Amino acid sequence: MNLTELTLTELRTALRQGETNSVAATQAMLDRIVEQDNDIKSYLTITDEMALEQAAAADKRLANGDQSPLLGVPIAVKDIIATKGATTTAGSKILEGFVPPYDAFVVEKLKEAGAVILGKTNTDEFAMGSSTENSGYFTTRNPWDLARVPGGSSGGSAAAVAANMAYGALGTDTGGSVRQPASFCGVVGLRPTYGRISRWGVIAFASSLDQVGTFGRTVADTTALFQAVTGYDRRDSTSLDVPAEDFEAALTGDIKGLKVGVPAEYFVEGMDAEVETAVRAAIAQLEKLGAEIIEISLPHTQYALPVYYLIAPAEASANLARYDGIRYGPRIEGADMIDSVKQTRALFGPEVKRRIMLGTYALSAGYYDEYYGRALKVRTLIKQDFQNAFEQVDVIAAPTSPTTAFKIGERADDPLSMYLADVLTLSLNLSASCGLSVPCGFDSKGLPIGLQLIGNTLQEATILNTAFAYEQA
Amino acid sequence: MSELTLKDVERIAHLARLQLTDEEKAAYLGQLTAVLDYAAVLNELDLEGVPPSPHAVAQQNIMRDDVIEPSLPIEDTLHNAPQQADNQFLIQSVLDE
Repeated sequence: MNLTELTLTELRTALRQGETNSVAATQAMLDRIVEQDNDIKSYLTITDEMALEQAAAADKRLANGDQSPLLGVPIAVKDIIATKGATTTAGSKILEGFVPPYDAFVVEKLKEAGAVILGKTNTDEFAMGSSTENSGYFTTRNPWDLARVPGGSSGGSAAAVAANMAYGALGTDTGGSVRQPASFCGVVGLRPTYGRISRWGVIAFASSLDQVGTFGRTVADTTALFQAVTGYDRRDSTSLDVPAEDFEAALTGDIKGLKVGVPAEYFVEGMDAEVETAVRAAIAQLEKLGAEIIEISLPHTQYALPVYYLIAPAEASANLARYDGIRYGPRIEGADMIDSVKQTRALFGPEVKRRIMLGTYALSAGYYDEYYGRALKVRTLIKQDFQNAFEQVDVIAAPTSPTTAFKIGERADDPLSMYLADVLTLSLNLSASCGLSVPCGFDSKGLPIGLQLIGNTLQEATILNTAFAYEQA
Repeated sequence: MSELTLKDVERIAHLARLQLTDEEKAAYLGQLTAVLDYAAVLNELDLEGVPPSPHAVAQQNIMRDDVIEPSLPIEDTLHNAPQQADNQFLIQSVLDE
């Protein structure tokens, strides 16, 4: 049995049936990381000792017939998610060496489910970026072409899963940071409805948009991981107290009669022709499987990018005010307290500073109504677009990104062209929808293309089953 | 929309408590102007009577019962502090003597 080739759900079955054990699977992942990650650089921290201890403990439980959902399965965690006793930096020099005193809700859930945590994956600093080039440490490379980006901000998680260096991974998605790297790396990435998964212990970027998401090599893997970490938690006041669902059981592969909307606005000018061809072919496949395809309109789509780049930096400028070198992180001592804070905050990277500046301006006296206030109103129109669409259809199908993975350095000096990498994913974050990216082919350079499926509020089961039906066909 | 100046950049940097080099100030002036110009497209819309949406899923006033619960131990809380003394975070003086 080649352990690194198994999917998460295959490994789970093999572990339960005693065909292998967690220590062997964990060691296989750690060996694979040693072999591959010098080139790909998906991990910021590898928690090998802790992982092998967790694996040994899982093997004891497995031997006793314990059926916990992820018992013994090695998983990677994005470095913006707090892990007790394991360095957590959010990809930032301002949190270099920070060791959280508690686990994030999703890490508690992973541990409850019996998962083994392999390490912490690279991210654009504070999840601000679309390529991992904004990481304060290094850039992760796309496993399909090492000269290209893996997407971002959860690029480390996507690359680790794509290169068989984890059976699944957690990420976060504020404007597309799970779906876009999933698309670039040829894996499945789910961004659940805002509030579906508690954000307790997730380092905040833009609090009205942030949500934890899951990566897997298959739809079933992504679903199994989502099932394990989802749930209500009163420590996050935006967590939704909704009844538990069996998402894995919802993967029937039957989508007969499903209404799939195709928004004209998502086939934008300047998108790769090969992306459009692949996505249209995937939509035709859904029709063959019994879905009804309906042309729809999301008329305010063009305003989503400017709205996002006012709201997200505004929220970020407030959230990141806490990094002052007093309670955690390095401190650079200046002439007085204010000077020390200013010098310490110079440790932020260029993109983070840019967004703090933008957000501070958009919220400042005299400009609040003109920028932030106006953006919040247009957000209402964007939300209404989705509400209107979901009166007609069950699922919206579109490309995840207008292009396949771009070259490292290609967009690094031009913030606006980098922001365009998220133009098809960020509307969803402004609304109350959920979405995922599932691989739907390759371009002529051999780079993966992603099909984005968007569902109504809390309709994760519908989009996961649609992706499952497509994947199985 | 109003035109951004280097003075504005310096004012914002001070509000945000960011120490910027002259090069950074010049770069941000150009880049922030480009993003704000791009955002001017929002002025096309008639927003009369449109309510703002600060959240994706609106929830209000989530309260918990007023019950004392255990907090993190002091040593865990202080573990990451760059400087500490007497079970407290140590900072530079902020008041004149």
